[in-house]
Amino acid sequence: MLTYILFALVIGSVYALLAQSLMLSWGLAGLVNLGLAGFFAVGAYASAMLTTWGHAPIPLGVAAAMLAGGLVGLVVCFSTLRLRDDYLAIVTLGFAEIVRLVASNEVWLTGGTDGISGIPVLVPRDAGIWFHAGSLAIIAAAVAAVYLLLRRLLRSPWGRSLRAIREDQTVASVAGKSIVRFKAQAFSLAAAIAGVAGAFYGHYTSYVAPDLFQPLITIYIFLAVTAGGNARPAGAVIGAYLLVAFLEATRFIAELAPGVSAVQAASLREIVVGLGLVLVLSFRPDGLLPERSQKAPAL
Amino acid sequence: MDAVLQALINGIISGTLLAVPALGFSAIFAVLRFPNFAIGALATAGAYCAWVVNVGLGLPIPVAIVAAFVGAALVGALLEYGALERLGRGGALMKAIGSLAMGMVIENIVRFIFGNDLRAFDLPLARDIVFGPIRVGPQQLNNLVLALVIMAAVWAFLSLTSLGRSMRAVADNPDLARLKGVNPRFIALVTVAIGSGLCGIGGTLIGLDTAIDPLVGGRVLLSVFAAAVLGGLGSIPGAVAGAFLIGIVEEFTVLALSPAYRLAVGFIVILVVLTVRPSGLLGSKAN
Repeated sequence: MLTYILFALVIGSVYALLAQSLMLSWGLAGLVNLGLAGFFAVGAYASAMLTTWGHAPIPLGVAAAMLAGGLVGLVVCFSTLRLRDDYLAIVTLGFAEIVRLVASNEVWLTGGTDGISGIPVLVPRDAGIWFHAGSLAIIAAAVAAVYLLLRRLLRSPWGRSLRAIREDQTVASVAGKSIVRFKAQAFSLAAAIAGVAGAFYGHYTSYVAPDLFQPLITIYIFLAVTAGGNARPAGAVIGAYLLVAFLEATRFIAELAPGVSAVQAASLREIVVGLGLVLVLSFRPDGLLPERSQKAPAL
Repeated sequence: MDAVLQALINGIISGTLLAVPALGFSAIFAVLRFPNFAIGALATAGAYCAWVVNVGLGLPIPVAIVAAFVGAALVGALLEYGALERLGRGGALMKAIGSLAMGMVIENIVRFIFGNDLRAFDLPLARDIVFGPIRVGPQQLNNLVLALVIMAAVWAFLSLTSLGRSMRAVADNPDLARLKGVNPRFIALVTVAIGSGLCGIGGTLIGLDTAIDPLVGGRVLLSVFAAAVLGGLGSIPGAVAGAFLIGIVEEFTVLALSPAYRLAVGFIVILVVLTVRPSGLLGSKAN
């Protein structure tokens, strides 16, 4: 039972990293990333390839995941930053599909649909319960580090400019802010955080495969971020842990429902998650922790 | 050479099938000003309506296609007025996110009821028609004709009826249309219903070509977006032209690279068009 709770907390922490990524791009910069699962996958694969096949140490793998996520993020957002925001939504949605397509078909690069197994873990697996506890400590530390970074950025002039751009691009550009540069920085940094989340995920489960990175994960994180509050790092983190509690609860309920097959139980859960997101968006779009309005700094 | 000609023919046929949902997506974008990501699921819902009518009730294919249109139109209109309209107050992006979530809900309702199995339509077995080195299935020809008839009907509706003219007026300038006494909310409802219905027909035509499962619509989503973006988002003739081009390029990709990369064509086309010419072939300004 303790193992199960620790496992849920580790997954919650990975989701907390993803949620903070989405909070940065969507909540602060207004850039909708519907391909979050794709950046998650890019990070997971980058670190898995480097550490499993390249025998690099794990910290190097995580750094590579961050770099890969950030670079790919830059490429993906680049073509649409000057356009209406819905174009980015279309491109990112397509991007996540393409990542899975490439991961499934380029067997020489990614192991194909079999994926990569035997990825080095953070703590030796034979440590029993300490394997889960140790992994949790390391990943939770990463969540905390990203949290502090984002809180710092949020209060910086950079964070203020980003929110100004989100609220009114014209005013922000008249004030001399380079819209495209700020947006590209925010999106790329957010994608890098998602890449780190992917790396840790792989180093915990020691297995990555294309099927693990379904678009469903993106919807999960949108639910977490809207429920928690989409413009506050703390809201995103709390939302992610709440999401995992909610998902695990639906798992038990689905098992209890009589006369429902495994496929039906899985689709019921997805129905509940999708409806949940739409309901939260409609009735409580600010989440548990609404954005605080900041006073202008004294001159 | 024969293979190239065959790929061209296949591309034209699959482009025609793609054009029907692309028309629906573009029409919804033109009038309601948001990308409706539920169209894949709406295509699936339409295809299953058609399947129930064709295989369950034993009615002929044309009746099944009408059922697909009506079924998907009802689901799409319900979605707009039950869920998405409320979100619109938070901006177009909120609607886009909501439509993605509701698409997932619809797809899973279909999966809950019908399971993941492949299901085929009840079609007479027929030999391929052979012109020299080119082979075409009779059902493919039927689909081609059906798709062309549907496109002609949409064109006639938009240019000859007053409802169609009101739709174009709202797409062009909602404020001016309102001044002229057009009710934008009613027009939005009609557009969503027709657009969703077209997606339902598109899903059915694709299902007639192969078979259906809960992902039948989701699988062509990217190609439909690519067709609409290539033609210029919101442009009706653009969506048709874009769909033909995407269909042909996809078939040549299958020929030259591998069938797996068919989907990648759509994504690459979207990236290139948005970088080089965001307004597409026939669209207006994109920012």
